[in-house]
Amino acid sequence: MASAPLNVSVVSADQQVWSGEATMVVARTVEGEIGILAGHEPMLAILASGEVRMTLADGSKIVAEAADGFLSVENDTITIVARQAGLV
Amino acid sequence: MGAQLRVYRQKIKSAQTTKKITRAMELISASRIQKAQARVAASTPYSKAITRAVSAVATYSNVEHVLTTEPARIDRAAVLIFASDRGLAGAFSSQVLREAEELSELLRSQGKDVVYFLVGRKAVAYFGFRRRASERIWTGGTDQPLFETARDIGDALLESFLRDSEDGGVDEIHIVYNRFVSMVTQVPEVVRLLPLEVVEGMEEPGEHTVLPLYEFEPDVETVLDGLLPVYIESRLFNAMLQSAASEHASRQKAMKSASDNADKLITDYTRLSNNARQSEITQQISEIVGGADALSSAKK
Repeated sequence: MASAPLNVSVVSADQQVWSGEATMVVARTVEGEIGILAGHEPMLAILASGEVRMTLADGSKIVAEAADGFLSVENDTITIVARQAGLV
Repeated sequence: MGAQLRVYRQKIKSAQTTKKITRAMELISASRIQKAQARVAASTPYSKAITRAVSAVATYSNVEHVLTTEPARIDRAAVLIFASDRGLAGAFSSQVLREAEELSELLRSQGKDVVYFLVGRKAVAYFGFRRRASERIWTGGTDQPLFETARDIGDALLESFLRDSEDGGVDEIHIVYNRFVSMVTQVPEVVRLLPLEVVEGMEEPGEHTVLPLYEFEPDVETVLDGLLPVYIESRLFNAMLQSAASEHASRQKAMKSASDNADKLITDYTRLSNNARQSEITQQISEIVGGADALSSAKK
């Protein structure tokens, strides 16, 4: 299950910051950190400002800073929408 | 040099100078359209993602929210007009203003008070000249809109929407802006922003996805509370970007026809000045010949 990739896109108000495939996404919502693997149930959460970490298939990590946004998960597609977002 | 000839030469000079200016403005606008269009394209993923999220909430839960419920009685309506800061853009500002006037007429005929929110110096000048009141104005940067401005406008509109109409709040909000269709066509468009109707992009669940149950964190109300203002902001930002692209396109078009017109004037005046020069020469020759004739006949 964990090998099936997640489609992740990080978008800010004026541009697409990053998009690609990842095996795991860790984000900080208002209720705490959440890690998402493939096959997660659909969800919509409010993000607290902080890091979003994406683990790619080869084990490398990409970190993005997101403030003021949302996280949506649906059919292994993860969208992180934030007013301000940028790669670190 | 004859007086007539001098007048024509002055007119040619003046048309040439004007042409230089209009040509420069045309080129500047042409290069800025590309950028403005790129910005519209760059902001699309954001508004798409937001719209998807809103329609997900709307489809998979049935929560009533203050921003989506139709008020029982609508006493006051607000009209937000997106015009430009500078002129020389053809009918750009006047066509949104005309559209806004028609809308106000319609709203008044339904017994609603109309209040105005204005974006762009041209709209402000239009209202100032007619001594009409406006609730709030934003000027500067209509050709390169910032997201902060959209946020500011969104906050002001929401604040006014959430106030009771007895305290000077409004019950519905319309926006009027120029939608960028192509380089040659920009149409003024009227959209009712609030109360929200999330019809576009409402997702029909496909056959293999049997209504996935969404999990909301922390809960549906909070998510909706956070999501809807953002949705409104992104709609406003999109309207501003479209309007900016339209402004550049319509300025380019206006300046192109101004340059063409200057060209035509120069040709016409050159012909007339050639005529004047020729007739001056003809007159001088006939004067000389006449003078010589008179001298030779006086000698005899």
